[in-house]
Amino acid sequence: MDYSQFLIMHEELSLLAVIAILFVADLIMCPDKKSGRGTFNTCLPVVLLAAHTLLNLLPCCEAAETSAFGGMYQYTPMMTIMKSILNVGTIIVFLMAHKWLSREENLVKQGEFYLLTLFTLFGMYLMISSGHFLMFFIGLELASVPMTALVAFDKCRFESAEAGAKFILLALFSSALLLYGVSLIYGATGTLYFSEIGALLSGNSVLSIFGLVLFISGMGFKISLVPFHLWTADTYEGAPTVVTGYLSVISKGSAAFVLMTVLMKAFGTCALVEAWNVGLFWIIIASITIANLFAIRQKNLKRFMAFSAISQAGYLILGVMDGTAQGMTSLVFYLLVYMAANLGAFVVMTTIEQNSGKIGIDDYDGLYQTNPKLAFLMTLCLFSLAGIPPFAGFFSKFFVFMAAFKAGFHLLVFIALVNTVISLYYYLLIVKAMYIKPNDNPIATFQSDGYTRVALFLSILGVIVLGIGGVFYNYLDLFSYGIN
Amino acid sequence: MDNILFLSSFVFIPLVMLFGLWVARSINQVRGVMVAGSTALLVLSVYLTIRFLGDRAAGIADEMLYTGAISWFEPLNIKYSVGVDGISVAMLLLSSVIVFTGTFASWQLKPLTKEYFLWFTLLSMGVFGFFITVDMFAMFMFYEIALIPMYLLIGVWGSGRKEYSAMKLTLMLMGGSAFLMCGIFGIFYGSGAATMNIVEIANQTGGAHAIDFTQQCIWFPLTFIGFGVLGALFPFHTWSPDGHASAPTAVSMLHAGVLMKLGGYGCFRIAMYLMPEAANELGWIFLILTGISVVYGAFSACVQTDLKYINAYSSVSHCGLVLFAILMLNQTACTGAVLQMLSHGLMTALFFALIGMIYGRTHTRDVRELNGLMRIMPFLSVCYVIAGLANLGLPGLSGFIAEMTIFVGSFQNADTFHRVLTIVACSSIVITAVYILRLVGKILYGTCTNEHHLKLTDATWDERFAVICLIVAVAGLGMAPLWVSDMISTGVVPIVDHIKDVAVVSTSNPFM
Repeated sequence: MDYSQFLIMHEELSLLAVIAILFVADLIMCPDKKSGRGTFNTCLPVVLLAAHTLLNLLPCCEAAETSAFGGMYQYTPMMTIMKSILNVGTIIVFLMAHKWLSREENLVKQGEFYLLTLFTLFGMYLMISSGHFLMFFIGLELASVPMTALVAFDKCRFESAEAGAKFILLALFSSALLLYGVSLIYGATGTLYFSEIGALLSGNSVLSIFGLVLFISGMGFKISLVPFHLWTADTYEGAPTVVTGYLSVISKGSAAFVLMTVLMKAFGTCALVEAWNVGLFWIIIASITIANLFAIRQKNLKRFMAFSAISQAGYLILGVMDGTAQGMTSLVFYLLVYMAANLGAFVVMTTIEQNSGKIGIDDYDGLYQTNPKLAFLMTLCLFSLAGIPPFAGFFSKFFVFMAAFKAGFHLLVFIALVNTVISLYYYLLIVKAMYIKPNDNPIATFQSDGYTRVALFLSILGVIVLGIGGVFYNYLDLFSYGIN
Repeated sequence: MDNILFLSSFVFIPLVMLFGLWVARSINQVRGVMVAGSTALLVLSVYLTIRFLGDRAAGIADEMLYTGAISWFEPLNIKYSVGVDGISVAMLLLSSVIVFTGTFASWQLKPLTKEYFLWFTLLSMGVFGFFITVDMFAMFMFYEIALIPMYLLIGVWGSGRKEYSAMKLTLMLMGGSAFLMCGIFGIFYGSGAATMNIVEIANQTGGAHAIDFTQQCIWFPLTFIGFGVLGALFPFHTWSPDGHASAPTAVSMLHAGVLMKLGGYGCFRIAMYLMPEAANELGWIFLILTGISVVYGAFSACVQTDLKYINAYSSVSHCGLVLFAILMLNQTACTGAVLQMLSHGLMTALFFALIGMIYGRTHTRDVRELNGLMRIMPFLSVCYVIAGLANLGLPGLSGFIAEMTIFVGSFQNADTFHRVLTIVACSSIVITAVYILRLVGKILYGTCTNEHHLKLTDATWDERFAVICLIVAVAGLGMAPLWVSDMISTGVVPIVDHIKDVAVVSTSNPFM
């Protein structure tokens, strides 16, 4: 066997190295329960992950497309870009987790948090790079099983444990659906390689369409698209806020990447494109509209963000329509921008929850009086989520709509555009709470710690720079053709 | 590159102001930044006007002057391109006058002065950016930048039902921009998707006829309504009275004075210029709607009792006249439309400034509770009378010139349909006179019966300064309109020619 094949998997290997170092560090820096000393320094995982990202991202421009292990594992520069986006999101999550992990009950579990998170990240890497449905399925399971442990991380808190149970049940259910779909496709074609499936599937075979529908449903659970979204609100509400942030951006984002790449690779070359266009058309309309209407009624900010995330996922999937290169670029760009804005909002929510214990929308009344800077930054993030220029969300929405419009889905774009007005309404409700509503008992003024500030700085930098600086989109556009 | 920097300074100056406000520590520093910045903008726009007139006099006949473009989103053919013609120069001049006077009109605003001016400056940045760019993407971006600060400006510093009004205004305008975005995509992909630059689309091989006629008939209404919402097109005008009534003084000034002009400008520059066939074909529907705006706005103003509502409905009527005039599709009427934008911008800003000052003293805007103000605050009252006379179109003030040009232009259309509508729209002048004169008589003359009002004082220096600036501008435009209307004509002619060379007679109009 040629061991140099492993070098093609250098990203996975270097992530494994990071995991190994953290694992050893966890053993060495085992905290002293009495004094609480010897705890993990948040800098360690952050710096390791940042180094890992840079080392892999910088040389990726010249790298050629290759594959390893007989096509099970594929490598294209675009995948490095996707993985790097996920890495940056994870770094922000680690930074915002600092305060939460420094709580007394979490001190002993710090190492576990990092390891579990990185293992899910490892699973996402495998999903993104897979060229074969089995490889893809291993990645999928690796991404969802440790995630359950993360959701139930505050295991002594009833809601967190409940959320964990809901999450694992639904994750297994969706995996089963997806697996069934894959088996049908295997039945229809006799192969599980993405590259071979496309040529063998025919557009009018019931078996392959059924397989495709089950596959999309399975992924729909992971991305939490309507009508597969029912676990989302409860899980998001019960999970620790940091984990909710991770779920809503990195987990969802990786699943969207994968949906896009697998649809392109396995189902993109035949008449099935028509079939998934029809399915996604209705899924997008349902996701955006229903999630928007539900979000209006929410009182808890985490539930609110859950519905907001569902509707954002609907916009995200607009980029998949018709499988155009422009759509793919705009999807990746959308995810990058969404990551910055949504994580920014989650950093603010986490720091407020850790400092005051409040997470209801009503609790945010009058926040501007006591914590003007946090309120202002939250406003920027919400504006970006709503798609208001000059923040990045405007650009990413515009490009996603543009791609879908170019593909000819005029009505879909129109409905999505009308929905942006509804979404603006509920994002403005938060802004209204923070700026306009009076409150006798507002959240007390507090100073946030250094890690939170760095996380906020990164997110806000993304919100402001990603859109106006056209280079980011132009850079992403250089790569997207690799998938097609 | 020089051109880009020159015109972009209209955006950079507000950016610098934003930074200055961010670091300002005291209220005097905030005011200093605002005065310095808005003066710089005013000087810049005056310089631009003089340079523009000079270049035109020197015989430079390009459609757009000082054009330049830098690539922004290369794969999507989106560029940041700038350029101005006579219309945009006039609008820039108007905007800078209103921002300048708005600064003084909100001199004593409290609380959160710094934040107020931050959002105010962001709003003006959007407005200036909209007028300097000729790229649909950049225009749309600046358009939206100008919309969103309104929410906080009204919601935090407004009065009355401010939360309701702010939300209504924001959502309706964003709804309009959703339509608009669809229209922009339609134009972009319909025209062959090579550029977002308006002038290039219009002048590309085959002209704007590159857009298929059936497609034009879909995208034209979307684009026109998208901008028309901001231009208070009936029945999408309902945000305007609530929004203006609840907004703080300077925001009402800027919003009614400049922001509503974005609507008319956009309709003319994007919807009609790029889709001339559809404009000819479907114009009659919007002509009827704008006719309703004009008359309905004026009648509504008659029955209102809140000073700001009266003026807001009057704005609906006058802004309706702008859209009405551009749909007449001839040079005189379109020049009149731009004159009306200028004239209405100045006089409505004056009105809102005065109402804000009166309200700041009496704490009521209810017409039934105000009377005899002439003896108590003579300066404000006299100015109010002047604003009223400008509004009802007294010769010598700006309103007369604009409306005269519009109606003369409109009547040039020889067919019955246009003439009847023109006559109907003319009646708004009479109705305007009714509510203005009645209002002036009611609140300014007679004896003051409210004893609380007797102790009130007249305008302070900053208020006087703001008001006098506006009156000078209104009277200046009224006395010497020719240089402005010539400048505007140079911008209007190429667009109208472009629309006219299609020369389709509407087949769907049942009234012709």
